[in-house]
Amino acid sequence: MSKELIRLKNVTQKFDGETVLDNVNIYFNDSEFLTLLGPSGCGKTTMLRIIGGFQTPTSGDVCFDGVRINDLPPYKRKINTVFQKYALFPHLNVYDNVAFGLRIPKEAEDGTKTKLPKDEIDRRVREMLDVVSLKGFEHRSIASLSGGQQQRVAIARALVNRPRVLLLDEPLGALDMRLRKDMQQELKRIQQRLGITFINVTHDQEEALAMSDTVVVINEGVIQQIGTPEDIYNEPKNAFVADFIGESNIVDGIMREDRVVEIFNRRFACLDGGFEKDEPVDVVIRPEDVDIVSEAEGQLRGVVTSVTFKGVHYDTIVDFYGFKWLIQTTDYCPVDSHIGIRIDPDGFHVMKKSKYSGMFGDYSSYSEEYDEINDPSRSAAEEAEGAEDEE
Amino acid sequence: MRNKRGWFAFPYVIWMALFVVIPIVIMLVYSLTVPVETAAGEAAQGSLENFTGMTLYASVFGRSFLLALVATLICLLIGYPVAYLMSREGPGFQRVAMALIMLPMWMNFLLRTYSWMAILENNGLLNQLFQKLGVISLYNRLTGSDIDHFKLLRTSGAVVLGMVYNYLPFMILPIYTVLTKLDPRLIEAAQDLGADAPTVFRRVTLPLSLSGIISGVTMVFVPSVSTFAISRLLGGGSQMMLGDLIENQFLGGAYNPHLGAAISMVMMVIVVICMLVMNHFGDGEGEAVML
Repeated sequence: MSKELIRLKNVTQKFDGETVLDNVNIYFNDSEFLTLLGPSGCGKTTMLRIIGGFQTPTSGDVCFDGVRINDLPPYKRKINTVFQKYALFPHLNVYDNVAFGLRIPKEAEDGTKTKLPKDEIDRRVREMLDVVSLKGFEHRSIASLSGGQQQRVAIARALVNRPRVLLLDEPLGALDMRLRKDMQQELKRIQQRLGITFINVTHDQEEALAMSDTVVVINEGVIQQIGTPEDIYNEPKNAFVADFIGESNIVDGIMREDRVVEIFNRRFACLDGGFEKDEPVDVVIRPEDVDIVSEAEGQLRGVVTSVTFKGVHYDTIVDFYGFKWLIQTTDYCPVDSHIGIRIDPDGFHVMKKSKYSGMFGDYSSYSEEYDEINDPSRSAAEEAEGAEDEE
Repeated sequence: MRNKRGWFAFPYVIWMALFVVIPIVIMLVYSLTVPVETAAGEAAQGSLENFTGMTLYASVFGRSFLLALVATLICLLIGYPVAYLMSREGPGFQRVAMALIMLPMWMNFLLRTYSWMAILENNGLLNQLFQKLGVISLYNRLTGSDIDHFKLLRTSGAVVLGMVYNYLPFMILPIYTVLTKLDPRLIEAAQDLGADAPTVFRRVTLPLSLSGIISGVTMVFVPSVSTFAISRLLGGGSQMMLGDLIENQFLGGAYNPHLGAAISMVMMVIVVICMLVMNHFGDGEGEAVML
C-alpha cells in the first residue's frame, strides 16, 4: 500500500573520528508518521540532518524516491524541517515567516525560474494558518507569540511549501506538558489530513508511542529496533529497548524449553519459543503485569521496600532475593510487608542476550533514591489510603 | 520601588546636566548672539546673523558631508565582508583577527595620520614605489604628459583614505558582533525553505545584521563629518572641512566663537536628521543604537 520514499544505505557519520551513526540501513515509507527515538547523543538528530541535507554522511547513500541525493543541497530537496526551538525569522511577522518559502522563485528542471503569483501565495499562507489554527495572527510579531503558537508558525512555514516529507526535530521539547499532549494530537491530525510523511525526532518515549505509525529506537548510532508502537512496547528486541520504552524489570533467565522460562530457579509458563534448550536469556516483566497476592499464593515471595503514590497506581519496589522489582499496582502494600506475586504467561517477554544485558532493569538504585525523598510522598500515599478507608 | 532605585540615577543626571545639557545651552546662546562694542566693553546682542551668514560656507558643508558619506560607504563595503568572513571562522582565528583590527587603534591617532603623510608625499613611499615599478613613466607614455610623481597628498582622496583607515574598525566591530550572535539555525531554516546562498544573505543575514550596519555607519559617519586633523594633515588646507572651520573660529585666526557655535549647531542638527532617517530604515532594533 505505502511505497518507499527515503532510504539510507550503509550510512555512517563520523565527527572528529567519533562514530555518531554506524552503518545505518533504514527506509521511510510515503505518508507515514515515523519517530526516531533515543537518548540524547544517540545520533537521531544527525540522521534527521542527513535527510534534510544539512549534513553529508561520511559514507553511505541517501536516496529519495530511488534517486541518490547525497550531494543535493537542502534548498533543492522536497523536504522541509521544523527546527528545534523553531528558528523562526525574528525580523518577519507571522505571515511573512510562513510566506518565506513561497516567495522564493522555484527553479524548474530546465533552469527557468518561476515566481508564484501574489494571490496564490496569499491563498496558501492563509489556508495553512487555518490548518494550524492561527487565523488572525498574520501581523503579529514572532516575539509576541507563546511557545505553542511559535511551534504552529514553524509547522505552517514548513508545510506551506507542500513538501513530500516533514522533518521535526524535537518539536515538542520546549512546550509544557499540557500543551505537549495537545500538540501531539494536533500533529497527528495535520499529518493525517495532509497525508505526507512526518519524520519526528524525540527522546520522549510516551510521545513516540502516542503519535507514530512506526517507531525507530536508536542508541549509540545503531538502530536497535523498528516497529509499530505496540511491537516496540510488547516485544522489545533487547534490554536497552525494554528499559527505554516504559518501565521494565529485566532479570537473567534460562529458556528450559519452548514456553518454559526459568528465573530465580523457578520455572514459569510463558508464550515465547524458538530458543535453544537451556539458552541464557533476558526476561522482561512489565511492572503492570505483576499481580500482588498473599505470600502463600505467590509464585515468588518478597518484601516491600518502598511505596510511592502516583495517582492512578502505586509504584511499589519489592525485594526478591536481593533483586529489586518495580511493581505498579492499585493495591496498597505497606513498607516491610511480605507479599507474593503472580505473573501470567503473557506477562513474560523473553529476549536474546545482547550487549545491553545486565545494564538495565534493576531498581536497586532507584529504590535508594526513593528512600531519600520518599517521606513526603509516603505521607501522601498514606493520606490517600486513609481517604479510601473512610469511603 | 521605582522611586527608590531612581536615586541611583541621580549622579548621572547631574553629570548629564553639567557636561551635556549646559554646554549645549551655552552653545545655543553663543550661536544666537553677536559681539557688540559698548561703552562698558564687549557685550553680546541677540542676532540671527551667524546663521544667515553661513551660506558663505555652503561648500565646506557640502564637502564635509560628501567626503564623510564616501568614507562611510567605503568603510561599509570593506567592513561588512571582513566582519562576515571573520564571524564564520573558528574562535582562534577570530581572536587574532580582532587583535589585528584593534591594534592600530591603540596607536596614537596623529602618529598614524603623519605616517600616511610620509607614504603619500610627492617623494613619499608610494611615489617612489611607482617610479621604481615604472608606473609613472608608463602613465606619461600613455597620456603624453610629463610628471615625476602623482599628486596623492592634499587631495580629497587622501582625506577619504585617512578617514577610512582611522574609522574602519568602528564599522567592523558592531557588524561583527551582530553577525556572531546570528543563530546559524536561521540560515539553515532559510536553506530548508528553498533559499540558495545569495537569497539567504539577502532575506536573512542582511536584514538581521541591519542593526550592526546602522551602528557602524553612525560610528563612522559622525566622527568623519566633524574630523579636522585628518583633513588638515592629508588634505593640506585645500580640503577644508567643518571641523577645520569650527576649529578656526575658536583657536585660529578667524576668531569668532559665536559663528563657530552656530556652525556646530547646524552640523549637529543635520547629523541628528541623518541618524533619524537611518533609524527609520532600521525599524525598531536600530533605534536603540542612536537614540
